[in-house]
Amino acid sequence: MKHIAIGILGAAALGFMASAASAGTLDTVKQKGFIQCGVSTGLAGFSAPDDKGEWKGIDADFCRAVAAAVFGDASKVKFTPLSAKERFTALQSGEIDILSRNTTWTSNRDSALGLDFVGVTYYDGQGFMINAKKLPGVNSALQLSGAAVCVQSGTTTELNLADYFKKNKMEYNPVVFEKLEEVNAAYDAGRCDAYTTDQSGLYGIRLTLSSPADHVVLPEIISKEPLGPAVRQGDDQWAHIARWTYFALLNAEEAGITQANVDEMKTSTDPNIQRILGTEPDGKYGADLGLSNDWVVNIVKAVGNYGEMFERNVGSGSPLKIARGINALWTKGGLQYGPPIR
Amino acid sequence: MASQEILREGSSRGSFINDPRIRGLFFQTLVVILLFGSIWWIVHNVIENLQRLHIASGFGFLKSRAGFDISDTPIAYTSDSTYFRALVVGLLNTIIVAVAGIVLATIVGFTIGIGRLSNNWLIRKICTVYVEIFRNIPPLLVIFFWYSGVLAVLPPPRESIHLPLGSFLNQRGFYLPRAVWGDGSWLIGVALLLAIAMTWFVAHRARQRQRATGQQFPVFWTSVALIVGLPVLAFLLAGMPLTFDFPKQSTFNLTGGFWIKPEFLSLLLALSFYTAAFIAEIVRAGIRGVSKGQSEAAAALGLRSGPILRLVVIPQAMRIVIPPLTSQYLNLTKNSSLAIAIGYPDLTATAGTVLNQTGQAVEGVFIMMIAYLVLSLVTSFVMNIVNARMALVER
Repeated sequence: MKHIAIGILGAAALGFMASAASAGTLDTVKQKGFIQCGVSTGLAGFSAPDDKGEWKGIDADFCRAVAAAVFGDASKVKFTPLSAKERFTALQSGEIDILSRNTTWTSNRDSALGLDFVGVTYYDGQGFMINAKKLPGVNSALQLSGAAVCVQSGTTTELNLADYFKKNKMEYNPVVFEKLEEVNAAYDAGRCDAYTTDQSGLYGIRLTLSSPADHVVLPEIISKEPLGPAVRQGDDQWAHIARWTYFALLNAEEAGITQANVDEMKTSTDPNIQRILGTEPDGKYGADLGLSNDWVVNIVKAVGNYGEMFERNVGSGSPLKIARGINALWTKGGLQYGPPIR
Repeated sequence: MASQEILREGSSRGSFINDPRIRGLFFQTLVVILLFGSIWWIVHNVIENLQRLHIASGFGFLKSRAGFDISDTPIAYTSDSTYFRALVVGLLNTIIVAVAGIVLATIVGFTIGIGRLSNNWLIRKICTVYVEIFRNIPPLLVIFFWYSGVLAVLPPPRESIHLPLGSFLNQRGFYLPRAVWGDGSWLIGVALLLAIAMTWFVAHRARQRQRATGQQFPVFWTSVALIVGLPVLAFLLAGMPLTFDFPKQSTFNLTGGFWIKPEFLSLLLALSFYTAAFIAEIVRAGIRGVSKGQSEAAAALGLRSGPILRLVVIPQAMRIVIPPLTSQYLNLTKNSSLAIAIGYPDLTATAGTVLNQTGQAVEGVFIMMIAYLVLSLVTSFVMNIVNARMALVER
């Protein structure tokens, strides 16, 4: 019911919002002293609370990076868990300042929903997971004709699923839930034969099932899912801050700046590193964005560079053990490419 | 008294400020202006804010391709259908579960309600316990009880429980053989319609005859004979055009047959069992509300207990029962939106998906509100007709 409530509140908020031009998000955020960050209701590796109630994951860390850039303090973030259905209304109505919730960048969302995607923090694709113990002999998604498939409603996943089965002339029976936990519970209870979502998500969800070893992720990737943070459309300054926070994380990795060596790096004479870290004499790249000149230092001190963030949350340093793959830097054959800070 | 005095004073003074009629008019106009003004202000603000935030608005999206599939589709629907059709499918699913729920809740509710007045101690107590349990648990928990507690623990599809007549029960739902009607089966439908028409005619004539001559006619048995006999005769005449499609095991699920999904089943059972508890209390109150003198008078006229209940007590009880019963029906319809918790694609769930896929929250919520409003108004309208027919006819 919560999404309806948010829908109504959102609609009401749109009704009662003063129509006078509102202040920019950066000013509002600075005034209230923290960033309100929209995350998932719990997806391991992306945004999920740990046993101390602290939000962990790439998406949560991205919000911390923005907070570090704005305030020089990564703890000035408050997290709002949102279901797939609630997320856009929450951003549109101003309930959150940034949506960092494994959300696929599509043209429709960028144009008609009043959102502005700032980049792709994780290149993903949709896959299927099945219980290999109950379904021996199934090793391809093309064998799933007639299966009951669990899926979360209101996602691009739901649409890709319909397209994939239609394209391959297969039948299926959708079992659709609103919340991730409901889908997980239904799949775990055997209500459906297959679970479909982004592949990274499948690996994360598998860890939460009652017997993870029984489940396998099928090899097919049926869609492009570029996941990234989004802000409200029409506030260029705030969009720039979010976008360049992401690029700063990539530039830091490319230049070899890490959480551990960032202070040493400040004395570097490499002009590129000096520009990134704001130590270049008379450089004011941070100030131009409306931030302090040592904004990248703050970001890297708080969450590390992109590679560190990746390995800690979904890569080798996490239970998910996902390889960098296409999320490696462009210099290493991946797709992650940060335009230069200069 | 006070108002009369004011009226007199006002008119004697002739000052229109003190005239209650003019004052009333003034305040009513003021309220109307304020009401429409604030509605206009909200609508205007919504439109302006949507434009400012670059959010698409309007109902044009209803004509675009939906792109998602729905598990229960009473009418033809694929991912190529429009958003509008998806909403219609959701609305139909809501109507189906609401109507089935109302019928089931009424049957269970009346049975329990009459059971609470039984002379049998055990029946009375069982009915009381039922009412107290279901009335005091939130409907959402009842839905979860059926969905996670009862249906989810059934065996997986490959180990289905075999039931008589080729039906199966497993955690994916309840599978029944489906009747497949062959050529000439339209004859049976026609025969049934004919039988209903004839029954109505016979009942009408029997009532007239009883009024004129006092003689009774066995209407009930004649009706049964007509309604069962004519279709059976037609069935035989048409050459028995009926085969059954039995559910069969396939790779993943059972295929064929008639499949009732656990989402629908748990929602239906939860809604009707929950509402039945309230209906039982309403029925009990209605029967208790008929004064004892009525049945005593009927007994004095020589009627037996069956006709007393049927002809004297129940018609009077219904006058008390129907208005609160209408509210219960409305509640059941609105509670069906809890379907979203277990993934039954009712109006709230499909409209929610449409809302999210298009991002048009204002329009989505508006459509939902209008749809539920219309459903409730139609239910009230039908119940008001029933109520009017039951009302005391003054001669």
